[in-house]
Amino acid sequence: MSINWYKYSAPATFYGLAGRLVPWFGGAAASLTVIGLYLSFFVAPTDFQQGEAYRVIFIHVPAAWMSMFIYLVMAAWAAVGLAFNTRLSFMMARALAPTGAMFTFVALWTGAFWGKPMWGAWWVWDARLTSELILLFLYVGIMALWAAIDDPRRGDKAGALLALIGAINVPIIYFSVKWWNTLHQGSSIKPSGTSMDEVMLAGMVVMAIAAWFYTIAVVFVRVRRIILERERHTEWVKHVLEGA
Amino acid sequence: MLGFLLTVIRRDLLLAARRRGDWLTAQFFFVMVVSLFPLGIGPEPELLKRIAPGVVWVAATLASLLSLPRLFADDHRDGSLEQMLLSPEPAVLLALGKAVAHWLIYGIPLLIVAPVLGIQFALPAEAIGVLVLSLALGTPILSLLGAVGAALTLGLRGGGVLLTLLILPLYVPALIFGAGAVDAMLAGTGAEANLSLLGAFFVLSLIVAPWISAAALRVSME
Repeated sequence: MSINWYKYSAPATFYGLAGRLVPWFGGAAASLTVIGLYLSFFVAPTDFQQGEAYRVIFIHVPAAWMSMFIYLVMAAWAAVGLAFNTRLSFMMARALAPTGAMFTFVALWTGAFWGKPMWGAWWVWDARLTSELILLFLYVGIMALWAAIDDPRRGDKAGALLALIGAINVPIIYFSVKWWNTLHQGSSIKPSGTSMDEVMLAGMVVMAIAAWFYTIAVVFVRVRRIILERERHTEWVKHVLEGA
Repeated sequence: MLGFLLTVIRRDLLLAARRRGDWLTAQFFFVMVVSLFPLGIGPEPELLKRIAPGVVWVAATLASLLSLPRLFADDHRDGSLEQMLLSPEPAVLLALGKAVAHWLIYGIPLLIVAPVLGIQFALPAEAIGVLVLSLALGTPILSLLGAVGAALTLGLRGGGVLLTLLILPLYVPALIFGAGAVDAMLAGTGAEANLSLLGAFFVLSLIVAPWISAAALRVSME
């Protein structure tokens, strides 16, 4: 059986599909968060070097992963939108940005809570903190550009171009900041294996998957709002709104 | 094609020569911002020497941002930008020519003023040399990336502030490598590594930025 993917590139059909999927992703996100938090705070052992304070990483690391990953997904949707001129791609990019900015902020905030007991400072100008901060600036810039342009078609494309040039720049920013100064502890998860306890890793992975599902659910909710706003003059939206 | 590029550059240079106030304003802004730092921090030569590379580089990015909103705005207002985009010549060359002209008008004078500021900040001669070299490699990046921002924010309300928000994060690598080169010179480790990276970033910006500026111009003119 082949699925006709193009069918769902039309906002009207995607609206219904996203609506049906939101409860599933939302439910999965909620239950995985509960499991992940239980693993993180009750099952995972105390770190012998860092004590209990290390438990911040169960929120911090998934948030930091998501902040970077969402930027890439957003830039990918922007590229698809520019290449194929599909309206839904731009709407997806717009829906992703606030969640990405939120995760960036959470990563910075929880990082400060981790840094205070570990380094004795809320903030240090180390490579990863700094590049995460610049990532937040990039998100803010894109959202400000979208907010400033009233014409949705122009706004879509302008924001997409900015997301693209930002995506090219992100690795350069990362390495420039890294060579500039490095004080952050090295990654605990490496391709060649990990230096973590298995339960700790499990808790972190479960939390990361929960963050994924949360993102998908929230983005679908947001993209449905954007679709309704954009298509408010069409018959099907009037139909939907009357039915609700 | 080269003829079109040269025409665009010559036209912008001519316009700048007829309106000298514009670029003089940006130069004095640069000098004033740099001169405010000793007033705020104190006149100790050791401290000033330490902060000079960063201060000059940050002031250079701000000075470039100050002049960028006008890059396409005047041509947009009188309609000539639309005519240039309608012409059969590639829009990439138009974007590139505009960025080159911006650098010639606003970047070169910075290079000329920078040594004087270096002396004010008690920089040794070889560090001043590296400072000028890093600005020579780095300010074209500011013009190239800034042109993207200017094209994206063309005709928007509050465009100037918005431009700052969009473009400053993209300037970060240039700032780090540029100021880093002078710092490394002062620390005695040699500036080659930072200057090479700055050069690489310049080449990448030269290849990528004009295409994105051109696309952004088309989006803004729709």
